[in-house]
Amino acid sequence: MPKDSGIGASSKRREDVRFLTGKGRYMDDMNRPGQAYAYLLRSPVAHGRITALDTREAEAAPGVIKVMTSADTAGIGGLPCGWQIHSRDGAPMHEPKHPVLAEGKVHHVGDPVAMVIAETAAQARDAAEMIVMDIEELPPVVNMKDAVAAGSPLVFDEIGTNVCFDWTFGTPQAETDAVFAAAAHVTTLDLVNQRLVANPMEPRVALGEYDPITELHSLFTTSQNPQLIRLLLSAFVLGIPEQRVRVMAPDVGGGFGSKIFHYNEEVLVVLASKALKRPVKWTSDRSEAFLSDRQGRDHVTRIEVAMDKDGHFLAMRTDTLANLGGYLSTLGPAIPTILHGTLMAGNYKTPKVTVNVKGVFTNTIPVDAYRGAGRPEATYQLERLVDKAAREMGLDPVEIRRRNFIQPDQFPYATPVGLAYDIGNYDATMDKLVEVADFAGFEARKAESAARGKLRGLGVSSYIEACGIAPSAAAGALGGRAGGWESANVRVNAAGGVTVWTGTHSHGQGHETTFAQIVADMLGLPENMIDIVHGDSASGPLGLGTYGSRSLAVGGSAIVRATEKVIAKAKKIAAHLLEAAEEDITFDKGTFTVAGTDKAIDFGTVALTAYVPHNFPHETLEPGLEEQAFYDPANFTFPAGAYACEVEVDPETGKVSVCSFAAADDFGNIINPMVVSGQVHGGIGQGIGQALMENCVYDENGQLLSGSFMDYAMPRADDVPNYVVDHSCITPCTHNPLGVKGCGEAGAIGSPPAVVNAVIDALQRGGYSHVTHIDMPVSPSRVWAAMQAK
Amino acid sequence: MYNFDFIKPETLAGAVEALAGEDAQALSGGQTLLPSMKQRLNAPATLVSLTGIAELKGVSGRAGASVTIGAATPHAVVAAEAGAFYPALADLAGGIGDPAVRNRGTIGGSLANNDPSACYPSAALASGATIKTNIREIAADDFFQGMFTTALEPGEIITGVSFPIPEKAAYAKFQQPASRFALAGVFVAKFAGGVRVAVTGASEGGVFRWTEAEAALSANFSPDAIAGMAPPAEGMIGDLHGTPEYRAHLVGVMTRRAVAAAH
Repeated sequence: MPKDSGIGASSKRREDVRFLTGKGRYMDDMNRPGQAYAYLLRSPVAHGRITALDTREAEAAPGVIKVMTSADTAGIGGLPCGWQIHSRDGAPMHEPKHPVLAEGKVHHVGDPVAMVIAETAAQARDAAEMIVMDIEELPPVVNMKDAVAAGSPLVFDEIGTNVCFDWTFGTPQAETDAVFAAAAHVTTLDLVNQRLVANPMEPRVALGEYDPITELHSLFTTSQNPQLIRLLLSAFVLGIPEQRVRVMAPDVGGGFGSKIFHYNEEVLVVLASKALKRPVKWTSDRSEAFLSDRQGRDHVTRIEVAMDKDGHFLAMRTDTLANLGGYLSTLGPAIPTILHGTLMAGNYKTPKVTVNVKGVFTNTIPVDAYRGAGRPEATYQLERLVDKAAREMGLDPVEIRRRNFIQPDQFPYATPVGLAYDIGNYDATMDKLVEVADFAGFEARKAESAARGKLRGLGVSSYIEACGIAPSAAAGALGGRAGGWESANVRVNAAGGVTVWTGTHSHGQGHETTFAQIVADMLGLPENMIDIVHGDSASGPLGLGTYGSRSLAVGGSAIVRATEKVIAKAKKIAAHLLEAAEEDITFDKGTFTVAGTDKAIDFGTVALTAYVPHNFPHETLEPGLEEQAFYDPANFTFPAGAYACEVEVDPETGKVSVCSFAAADDFGNIINPMVVSGQVHGGIGQGIGQALMENCVYDENGQLLSGSFMDYAMPRADDVPNYVVDHSCITPCTHNPLGVKGCGEAGAIGSPPAVVNAVIDALQRGGYSHVTHIDMPVSPSRVWAAMQAK
Repeated sequence: MYNFDFIKPETLAGAVEALAGEDAQALSGGQTLLPSMKQRLNAPATLVSLTGIAELKGVSGRAGASVTIGAATPHAVVAAEAGAFYPALADLAGGIGDPAVRNRGTIGGSLANNDPSACYPSAALASGATIKTNIREIAADDFFQGMFTTALEPGEIITGVSFPIPEKAAYAKFQQPASRFALAGVFVAKFAGGVRVAVTGASEGGVFRWTEAEAALSANFSPDAIAGMAPPAEGMIGDLHGTPEYRAHLVGVMTRRAVAAAH
């Protein structure tokens, strides 16, 4: 029976009241007294040397207060990279400076060169057109295969190569190659995981304000992790004490990873506000977002699996070129390596797995995390390969997966690529999928489609992801330069209400609701007595933010630990009031009871006593009821599941329509089933978008061809079906107090291969047996071309 | 967007006078012009709105003969009101863009702009429509002169479009996945004297008549008459969303679908 409050209840999202009534506090609504406006002059070319930059006319233009160039940022650091990868020879990755304004060279279209600050945004933009910027164009490096070829032009002259790192991971190559040499069958697949633009609904905004009296640098920004931005901005860029920087991220209209990173504009508005002693605000428009938001994915891969005669996987090997773009972004090098290579075992007990990844600089917008971040790339390769292998071996796609699944009695399971899966049951989610997606009815649906001249196909995928990022020690061992903990502060107010501060950040996930459900459940209070506060580095506890499906598994666990401390202290107060021994006190549903008696006292009375301590054990206890906890996870969490997609292909036009999509996920314990379903829905929508529509494309000159929604195909409501989402298969996480795994990225990770597998299935069944792969996006023109290529 | 002056005359004469000013530009629904101004790709000194002129608005016609659409009539009004005279034209109007576009964008604006992927030019050309301006009448066959190019002289204003009503007609559009403009759109119109087929979205030359299909369909108005036919790929648009070969193929498919759907 569904609960109506607390853990397990589909409580309505309290934040939706303000979001749905236009009362959200988004950044562009926020203005400070005396504020000036900034406009960025960006490079119109992909690669070139700045030979002249004359700002005099712009500085004299109406309303202009200041024009900043790299001369104004000479005294500060570049934007830091948070992860250091080492190449196979042990050398650290190349880490060229990432200046906040271009120094000497421009590295991609949209690279910021100067910032104009004026009384109005229009004046700043007008003046930017008066800046004389001469750029001597250099041959651009656009295509990764060209970038790694001998004699390629260089993105960074000083490092002498476009290869940032040459990383190998897992089983030694020779060991894996030996298995391949002796295998009964090898399946090979070359594929591209295309570049994507995140396109959150709210474009980025940054507003800096400096107080010369307190020396406080304030930054209001559209960030998923204001605390992390404070750390990077203060310690690495400005070189000032962390407490003199305050970063606030109020309501943020979606991030999908693109708002994790520390951006140039955040530094610039803070510097400008300090120089001018006025608040300075920059707001991106959609066109600028296409040119300045970090982009996602962009891998070119060959993957192979060696099998015995029965389709058991004996070994896997991959070679990937991963595009890093024109500079190293905050987490850029981590995405194709530790968030990708470590997932290449998938749900399978393949004994040998070798992963090779070259990180490549190109004259394109920097690439970093986008929903799933490395794990979708891994899952896509694996699950497309497994499907192709099944076809080549004459096995059903579900059967080949089952033959190779890690079995429940094998957990904890150490993979050949560095992870220790704590728990899972992959057959259970596959069983559930077969049921909820009605595999049994497929043939009838296929016949019905055929009667309308359409080719119907069914595609399956399995996925596993490493979430709850991250155990600090593991992150450190893998090259991370920050920890992976989270913290929480739980303050019980005198009259019994509870304020909870979290270091994570909600930009659509519903934390204000779900985190309150946890605390309400633990303290036996109504949910509306609990308020969740986030987004302000000055008022909240320290934290690292929201990404990698970590907020509940890590941030929620910190809240649990702090609440446990509150309960422990409250028990002592209750014992005093009830004149009993502490060990005799039990706490249940908001009431402290002396075990075996009817002597009881409610939580509210205890809370009041903590702040009105007339009758209080002052000798042994401090007044007040407020606790803080830091939580560092013991391991990653491993959400897993199985997805199925049914498509219809129009054989005349190549157009693919998604008829149905079903997901069977094991997220461990569920706090709010409705919120979880919503997260999965959104993820699948983005996965279908990647599979069929979205494509960020540069021409040979490095100009962005898909620079607006006229050419970048975002999925709309009528491009996606109603989803069947099931999360009843539960193997609780073994190492966090809630037994939760995280659900934010699964949909985007598991869905692209299911969709593409369905398209290939439809074509194969429809007689186009020569079509074994089509790269994403599987657009009508690509499907048609593949069908013709007989 | 740069600053500009805005004039909204109530008469055609007032609009003509205003458009004689230096660097003045007519503004109808603004669905193309305003986005390009926002991007600073277009910067007229003066915008002369045509949407305040009553005589440029409305749908009128004679059943079985012709229907005339005022140039400043939004697509949504054509979708709602032209169906009584010319159902295929109303269907086309109802499938342009999204509700916001259909309630702002106008037929005159669309024809004057002659975007190679716009829907209306195909209806005008296939129907053998007459484009009426403040100074003359222009046959559709003479009006469209290539991508974004028309027979309009500077300062000339479209006042209305008159469509002869065919026995049967339909429009079939294959959408570009991002913009949802026509990747290939085909309007087929069957008159007593023959069939006209106009193609939009596909050609580098803008809207064009596919005469081979017209001949075949005039002899036998059925999809079978043009089975397997497609125009040459040469001269078709090649971009992110489709090769010239794909567009040529789609023209064949969409033509067959339009013929099958004609009513």
